[in-house]
Amino acid sequence: MKKVKLKIDGKEIIVNSNMTIMEAAQTVGIHIPRLCYHPHLSIEGACRVCIVQVKGYEYFITSCSFKVEDNMEVETNSPEVRQARRDIVELILDNHPRECQICERDTMCELQKLAYSLGIRERYFEGERKRYKLEDSSKAVIRNPEKCILCGRCVRVCSEIQGVYNLSQHYRGFSTIVTPAFSANMDDSVCIQCGQCINVCPTAAFLEKKHTDRVWEALNDKNKYVVVQTAPSIRAAIGEDFEYPPGTDCTGKMITAFKKLGFDAVFDTNIGADFTIVEESNELINRLKDKKKLPLITSCSPGWINFMEKFYPELIENTSSCKSPMSMVSTLTKTYYSKKINRDPKDIFVVAIMPCVAKKFEMDRKELMLDNIKLTDAVLTTREATWMIKSYGIDFKRLEDGEFDSPLGESTGAGDIFGTTGGVMEATLRTAAEVITGKILKDEDIEFREVRAVEGRREREVIIEDIKLSVAIANGLVNAKYILDKVVKKEKEFHVIEIMACPGGCIGGGGQPYPNDPYIFLDTNLLAKRAKVLYSIDKKKKYRTSKDNPSIKKIYEEFLEKPGSNIAKKLLHTRYSPKYPRGIR
Amino acid sequence: MVKDILKNYNSLYEQAINKLSSIFKDKVVIQVGDATCENSSGSLDVHDEIKKHILASQRKDVYLKKVGCTGRCSFEPIVTIIFPDKSIFSYKKVNRQIMHEIFVSHIQKGEILEKYLLCEPCKLIDHKTEIQKELEREPITHEFFEFYGNLPFYCSQSRIALRNCGVVDPTSLDEYIKFFGFKAMATLLEKNDVDWLIDQIKRSSLRGRGGAGFPTYKKWLFAISSKEKTKYIICNADEGDPGAFMDRSMLESDPFSIIEGMVIAGFAIGAKKGFFYIRAEYPLAVKRIKEAIEECRKNNILGKKILGSNFEFDLEIRLGAGAFVCGEETALIHSIEGERGQPSVRPPYPAVKGLWGKPTVINNVETLANLPVILSIGGDKFFNIGTKNSGGTKVFAVSGKIKYTGLVEVPLGTTIREIVFDICGGVPNGKKIKAVQTGGPSGGCIPEHLMDTKIDYETLKDIYSVMGSGGLIVLDEDDCMVSIAKYFMSFCQDESCGKCVPCREGTFRMLEILKRITEGKGVLDDLEKLERLALLLKKASLCGLGRTASNPILSTLKYFKDEYISHIKDKKCIAKKCAALIKYEIDPDKCVGCGVCARHCPVKCISGEIKKTHEINQNICIKCGKCFEVCRFNAVKRI
Repeated sequence: MKKVKLKIDGKEIIVNSNMTIMEAAQTVGIHIPRLCYHPHLSIEGACRVCIVQVKGYEYFITSCSFKVEDNMEVETNSPEVRQARRDIVELILDNHPRECQICERDTMCELQKLAYSLGIRERYFEGERKRYKLEDSSKAVIRNPEKCILCGRCVRVCSEIQGVYNLSQHYRGFSTIVTPAFSANMDDSVCIQCGQCINVCPTAAFLEKKHTDRVWEALNDKNKYVVVQTAPSIRAAIGEDFEYPPGTDCTGKMITAFKKLGFDAVFDTNIGADFTIVEESNELINRLKDKKKLPLITSCSPGWINFMEKFYPELIENTSSCKSPMSMVSTLTKTYYSKKINRDPKDIFVVAIMPCVAKKFEMDRKELMLDNIKLTDAVLTTREATWMIKSYGIDFKRLEDGEFDSPLGESTGAGDIFGTTGGVMEATLRTAAEVITGKILKDEDIEFREVRAVEGRREREVIIEDIKLSVAIANGLVNAKYILDKVVKKEKEFHVIEIMACPGGCIGGGGQPYPNDPYIFLDTNLLAKRAKVLYSIDKKKKYRTSKDNPSIKKIYEEFLEKPGSNIAKKLLHTRYSPKYPRGIR
Repeated sequence: MVKDILKNYNSLYEQAINKLSSIFKDKVVIQVGDATCENSSGSLDVHDEIKKHILASQRKDVYLKKVGCTGRCSFEPIVTIIFPDKSIFSYKKVNRQIMHEIFVSHIQKGEILEKYLLCEPCKLIDHKTEIQKELEREPITHEFFEFYGNLPFYCSQSRIALRNCGVVDPTSLDEYIKFFGFKAMATLLEKNDVDWLIDQIKRSSLRGRGGAGFPTYKKWLFAISSKEKTKYIICNADEGDPGAFMDRSMLESDPFSIIEGMVIAGFAIGAKKGFFYIRAEYPLAVKRIKEAIEECRKNNILGKKILGSNFEFDLEIRLGAGAFVCGEETALIHSIEGERGQPSVRPPYPAVKGLWGKPTVINNVETLANLPVILSIGGDKFFNIGTKNSGGTKVFAVSGKIKYTGLVEVPLGTTIREIVFDICGGVPNGKKIKAVQTGGPSGGCIPEHLMDTKIDYETLKDIYSVMGSGGLIVLDEDDCMVSIAKYFMSFCQDESCGKCVPCREGTFRMLEILKRITEGKGVLDDLEKLERLALLLKKASLCGLGRTASNPILSTLKYFKDEYISHIKDKKCIAKKCAALIKYEIDPDKCVGCGVCARHCPVKCISGEIKKTHEINQNICIKCGKCFEVCRFNAVKRI
């Protein structure tokens, strides 16, 4: 790599020639303020906050887009640049509601932090402000265009990471607004409710639909038996909201916190994951036998299911009919468990703590109703759960470790790794390998490390005795598209494909905590740290293959008969239907 | 092989000459303007009338020909009659009635109708340089001066880009070829030498006529140095400045010269494909270019193996959907790609990574129109016409408070005063000139005392204006400079794409402040805010639109600050333009009580008995100024 010598703020440095000024400044400890820039998205250059002065240039230069050049002299903090930066952020603020104190992102807002750090203490240019209504047609993602500062990150994440192309700027100048095509409602749009726009939004222009009110209400209702289940990836991320460094396992404290909040039972979505694996492996083995409906595509990510129904309806047959782990646990709570504790399913209120925004959409699916009863009654994102815990005055850090309640609290390590990309694949392979070979996997064979990685998509060959399985894993729907197009065009044959809508899998879900400095969303370091938690939990578990889970064995014995039985099909499986967006096809 | 190209061209040329001479031999040729401007002032009627007369009189020796626009807007439609003895007469503001008279008297009886003549024939203006005079004798440019060179509005111009406008039939390839059209292209293809071409353009010191004035050859070199095989050339015809219409005129009146320019530019960078990006509001220009492209394809001037050479080049048209910002190169490219028409950050520059990621050169219509001339007369001669920094001429669209509005092409280095007073006749009605606004919404207002500035890219920049695409609006004492700034700011605010913060928010705030000031609600602090925002836009905006949007404010603040202050402090508009700061009163000494004002008042706020003094109810008056206009006794005063 060619090296370039330049001066930043009077200090001479030598850096690689492919670096931008912003990156070069970072190497000498200068953090240039920024807003629309995101390292994992394309360069927009729209906010102009990262401007610097470069000798010889009449205009200020955006350091995010401009590459370093030999003998460049850069000033990042000259009085003119500081003034201009302040004026720019002031202009943004002048067109932004004055409601920080009642805003959900108060203290977690990038604009707020930026304004503070730049020293804006008055509103100098204030005048007319844009006015829009809150758009809450969607079951999961709500839009507040008044708070939008038009940085375009949501537009880019929606197209570049998710390949959905739902959001784009409409109209122009002062009337510019980010909406779905033809200014449609989010509900009528091609939105798949993955919630990545919420993650990358620097303000509160995108938020998840709140379910906290209905949870408080249920907790206060003496006639309700309130059950909570927590997804695998919650325990790996929730600590970040309580000042733990990323990569801290907070399973025990989390359970205690929920008990303190007043939940009657704390279950683990992991057992749902184990059930999914048992059912799905059964599906896989049958399909392999019949050589039909291959590849089998996993179905636990509701964002992916929405995407599939809207963009790849031809793959409905291939997609596993298994309900998501959340819905399986909810189903079993309202059937098996309700009988066990002798309560009317109508009196049981199931709350699911999910890293996911699309789960809020999933819980209302008609296909998931059982005898006119909704299976999941509320879905809280990790962020909402954190807020409830804090709001209740619980001192999370000082909590004792708790234990999940029986019988839906017992899980294997295979369930834990569901929370990260490649996890479902590995869990499936463990069970499938044992069923196919009829042997128990040895400890050294149980980890299918070939499917573990951080990349967005990977294609692998897995050999189980004499069977060679061609598998693919994708997270982030642009990557999924890449693999699915191969399937649709019959360019390559796969046996199993795991798809997670969100980058990194559930650990990077749309409902996960806003990262603390210096981490940012889509940060591979952060995702790797969260994934590591799950893998280490897996390692410590007594059982690491789903079918070995004693609770599962018991429930099949007492209630579900065997994998793929009629009752299992009725309770643990679902169906999909094409959902053509308006104006498409 | 090499000789074939010129041979092919020569056979085309001979064909054209033979065809045309058989048509025009011993004929009285009547030329009627047919361009958007001419049509809107009624040239189609005139055309119709002539046809009728030819039929009725059964004169087989009268030939009716359509030509483009000569650039003299205020006198359109213009009809030019060329007799077989080469005597030429031009008539102004012709309508059906006048055409009838002209036909009956002049064509039938040979009686010249002097009252309708475009202008008295005159001597050539003598301040022309030798170089200019020499240029006029060049075959490629001399035809215009043969036609119109004895008329004062035209003879002081140097027509290069507009050389064929108003001379040739824009729909006829033969006519263009007759005036040595495509000869430059054929010569270039025969030479097959890019270095020679670049050298000529470099010597000519031709700079982009779209406004920024980037040296054309440099732009080409960026694209030439790229290793990519696919390259594109785009003609930027998304002319959007208020008051600028030279691109339209060139596209409509001389489409083939632009196509020739495109082939030359395409050859320069090694592009096989070119695009015309024309705004959809120019339907006639689109039609003309479309037809011209077809015609060229038929005659092997576009397509594979042009004129027998190894060069392949073809053109396509793309329509702009009415966004001013799409004149900006990166936004234009996005628009062609089908994306939202908004600019993106540079670098990468389009010449490196442009349309569909390929090296792309975007040249303005006028730049392209100049290319064939440069190759014909040589770069050095072209350079000598202009200033030491930039060669050649520039077309200005002169409008506003001016006697002769229209298109004027003058050598760079001509002073503003010469354009306004010598060529365009100065300010009408005995009013005093206040300023000249150049460069459209990105330009500035040049006050009277700087009117002797020699026009060039740099000099205009030094006085807080820009060359822009060449709009030139003359303002007189009745124009309020704050309102002018407000007008341009509202244009920029409306056209801002909304991508970058300074432009999106800044233009809106500046417009708010200007509105406040013109409504008499301004405070002195507002001036500081204006200046701060204006400088922010200039230095921190993403694209050229934002960077120059504050020029109207900066220049008026610099030269006409007193007007701002009188709006704010004294609540007075000196030019009496700002409705909120004026009122109408009736002078009892002059009012005769005729009641005309009361009858015309749209809100019926004037009361009074007939033959007695009338009075205006200030609470109801909306200050429309109707009473002021209709009073024949000057009894209504504007205060």
